[in-house]
Amino acid sequence: MADIKTTDILVVGGGAAGLSAAAEAASHGAKVTVLESDLHLGGQLVKQTHKFFGSKDEHAGTRGYKIADIILNEIKECGDKVETYTNTAAVGYYKNDGIVTVMRGEEEYFKLQPKKIVMATGAQERIIPFPNNDIPGVYGAGAVQTLMNVYGVVPGKRVLMIGAGNIGLIVSYQLMQAGVEIAAVLEALPKIGGYWVHAAKIRRLGVPILLRHTIKAALGTEIVDGAIIQNIDSGELTHVDCDVICLAVGLTPTNEMLWQAGCDMKFIPQLCGHVPMRNPKLRTSHPDIWIAGDAAGIEEASAAMVEGRIAGLAAAEALGFAVEQEKFGEYQERLNSLRRGEAGEKIRSGLALAQVADWGDE
Amino acid sequence: MENEKLFNSGVLTCECKGAVLPPKELWENKKGGLVVIECPQRIPCNPCGTSCPTGAVKPFADINDNPEIDYSKCTGCGLCVAKCPGLACFVIDLTFAPGKALIKLPHEMLPVPAKGDKVACLNRVGETVTEGTVENVVEPLKDSTKVLHVSFDREFVNQVRAVRVVK
Repeated sequence: MADIKTTDILVVGGGAAGLSAAAEAASHGAKVTVLESDLHLGGQLVKQTHKFFGSKDEHAGTRGYKIADIILNEIKECGDKVETYTNTAAVGYYKNDGIVTVMRGEEEYFKLQPKKIVMATGAQERIIPFPNNDIPGVYGAGAVQTLMNVYGVVPGKRVLMIGAGNIGLIVSYQLMQAGVEIAAVLEALPKIGGYWVHAAKIRRLGVPILLRHTIKAALGTEIVDGAIIQNIDSGELTHVDCDVICLAVGLTPTNEMLWQAGCDMKFIPQLCGHVPMRNPKLRTSHPDIWIAGDAAGIEEASAAMVEGRIAGLAAAEALGFAVEQEKFGEYQERLNSLRRGEAGEKIRSGLALAQVADWGDE
Repeated sequence: MENEKLFNSGVLTCECKGAVLPPKELWENKKGGLVVIECPQRIPCNPCGTSCPTGAVKPFADINDNPEIDYSKCTGCGLCVAKCPGLACFVIDLTFAPGKALIKLPHEMLPVPAKGDKVACLNRVGETVTEGTVENVVEPLKDSTKVLHVSFDREFVNQVRAVRVVK
């Protein structure tokens, strides 16, 4: 094992939250290292071909992959302040000396000793159990988006989408743009979970959204050649012709390193899993670790980008770099705005349970 | 009950806050048409307001507000049609030709039709209700979202909200 690399701030995860944190911290003078396990930076942003919601501050009306370019440019302008590694994963955190072990590619390992860490590790997809859910043709929505929007490969000809949250609705729309037919979108609840307008735009193109429906089984031996779906209220079973079953049934925060670091964690259903407790500047119970984005609780990318700003700014502040205090208030107000609506209700109630006013060690 | 279920799956079933039709008299004679927005849910989004060059989509006090419109200011330019991430903005012109209406709607699918093409006009659940003619194809923001101008029989004015290109 070679020398231990050092850096002011380690950002784990080069997605919407992590890149925003890196840009913010570096623009205040900190030396930042970003680790991204994927082959390219940008996280989920690079797969988002649709225009974003939010306000001008979050680049509303701009397509997600273009937003990634905007933040990457901002990082480029910070010159050598930001060092980025792709195809590189943080694999462990050692509490006793604060060392992070890193795997680059499949062969190279090194150690990093950052002064501060922003965990922007994002989320993992959930799957639901049903017979045959392991045969080829059953995908997570993230995989479908990666295939289509990163590699230009369509997953099949006719897709059954499970879940009418924003991801299920948006990926359905993107599949249609790629020329793929959507057999139906199923939603177990009596109401779509995503934004109403996202549902409306596929409804008017003829896609059925079946509320109170779920998947009973995938059909096929070698590959998916259909599905049995069920009306949850009546119990009625229906056969659906499809060659892809796409699961968009929710995400859960990626938090292994936060557990390793001994951060206070709490299971908060509204935030979709175990999340770290955090103060208003997004610091965890560990004095050197901040969080941002889906790792802090599942939410929209627009909020993740603002959280990244707060975490990056706070980590830079903790290192002694001069930061404008009003910026915290400004960012917090942007978050509050994004969360004030009907769709933000769940987030607000979840965050209320994850907040700590003050860690008492600051 | 049935209507509530439809609405909960993304289909507008009646006028409501954030999804209202323009005042009849003004609409009837307004050359270039007036904006029709179908955005009945409070979500954090305001590009219709910030993109409006005349202030017809009123500035948002809270970003989660439903859009509100000052019809006296709307020129029917259709910038909001191109900008809205939810594809929820339309412009409908009732002065286009006798017995006809013209809708300006966002189009992000292939193929892109050409001026003069016949298209199937779809209602809010994707059923073909009539045939329309593409009168113009523009790309106001040069960001891949096309805005189609499609004329069709005016009796379907409250139904047509999408088109399918039949080639």
